[in-house]
Amino acid sequence: MVRGLAILLICQLAGTIIQEGTGLPIPGPVLGLVMLLVYLVRTGGPAPYVRDASNGLLKYLGLLFVPAGVGVVTEFPELKANALAILVAIPISTVLGLVVTGVLMNWFVARRGHA
Amino acid sequence: MHSLLPLPLFHVWAYLQTQPLLGLTATLLVWEVACFIDARAGHQALSNPTVLSIVILAALLVITHTSYRAYFTGAVFVHFLLGPATVALAVPMYANWPAIRQNLIAILVSLTVGSVLAASSAMLIARALGAPRMIVISLGPKSVTTPIAMGIAQDLGGQPALTAVFVLITGMFGTLICTGALRLARVKDWRAQGLAAGTAAHGLATSRMLMLNETAGAFGGLAIGLNGIVTSLALPVLVSVLGL
Repeated sequence: MVRGLAILLICQLAGTIIQEGTGLPIPGPVLGLVMLLVYLVRTGGPAPYVRDASNGLLKYLGLLFVPAGVGVVTEFPELKANALAILVAIPISTVLGLVVTGVLMNWFVARRGHA
Repeated sequence: MHSLLPLPLFHVWAYLQTQPLLGLTATLLVWEVACFIDARAGHQALSNPTVLSIVILAALLVITHTSYRAYFTGAVFVHFLLGPATVALAVPMYANWPAIRQNLIAILVSLTVGSVLAASSAMLIARALGAPRMIVISLGPKSVTTPIAMGIAQDLGGQPALTAVFVLITGMFGTLICTGALRLARVKDWRAQGLAAGTAAHGLATSRMLMLNETAGAFGGLAIGLNGIVTSLALPVLVSVLGL
């Protein structure tokens, strides 16, 4: 568990160093994700300790969002002042993204199926 | 709170406010309570333990006049794990690697178009309705899974806490409408349904897909990670192209 966590942290650290060093607009942990994915593809899969640490963290992903989410208490005035914009923008854009992604992928898959 | 407590207890309370113990304990305890409620409610979209925990803890902070900063001294230990958890998403993505490779172009095109449309429409609608830049930018990554979305918002000058709330609203809305909307749009293939749900409404809609079909769930999981990467790359460009 400790070794797996250390590997995840090393990837995050490397990602953060690259982000800070180059000024890339990609969050360090995302760069860490890409590096780990490339590593896994090249080595043919995660070692058991990497898989255990990852599954352990991802099992509680929902919990990890909570502290930041509670930060909503400092944003009540902003949310109230912009409630209309937020409650119109989110549903419309979500339906748009959902339907467009689905229709495109469905079309690709069907086309391949017929070919 | 002070007026309600006798003096010795007030001293204990004041001391605990400066320590991480209370905030951390409260976060874990409330999470356990929320999971219990969610299981009792049969895992409804609205009884999501993350949403429930945030509502309960936010209410506790308001009722006890505790500042978010005091709470966060403890909660930061949980919050910190979002970084390694983001890296850990590589493991389920790797598990879906054969399916990704087989449909790589289809996945990348569908996901990128859908993701860019969702992000730009959200930001443009909010700006048209008069929202300030901070709100507009914080809305940009709302379809991305929370740890990545918050990182993106931070880097672009948005407010990560607002983004966390928008991500949750998007997830709940997406979970409620995904099957109906995809049926209306005649999207029948499970791979397409899962990819769409994960792209537009991250893990919350994906967990709904997982209940319906395993392939849909796998493609949802893959969309969560890929959309995080695509949005990280595309959003800074979108923000400058759209002049936001």
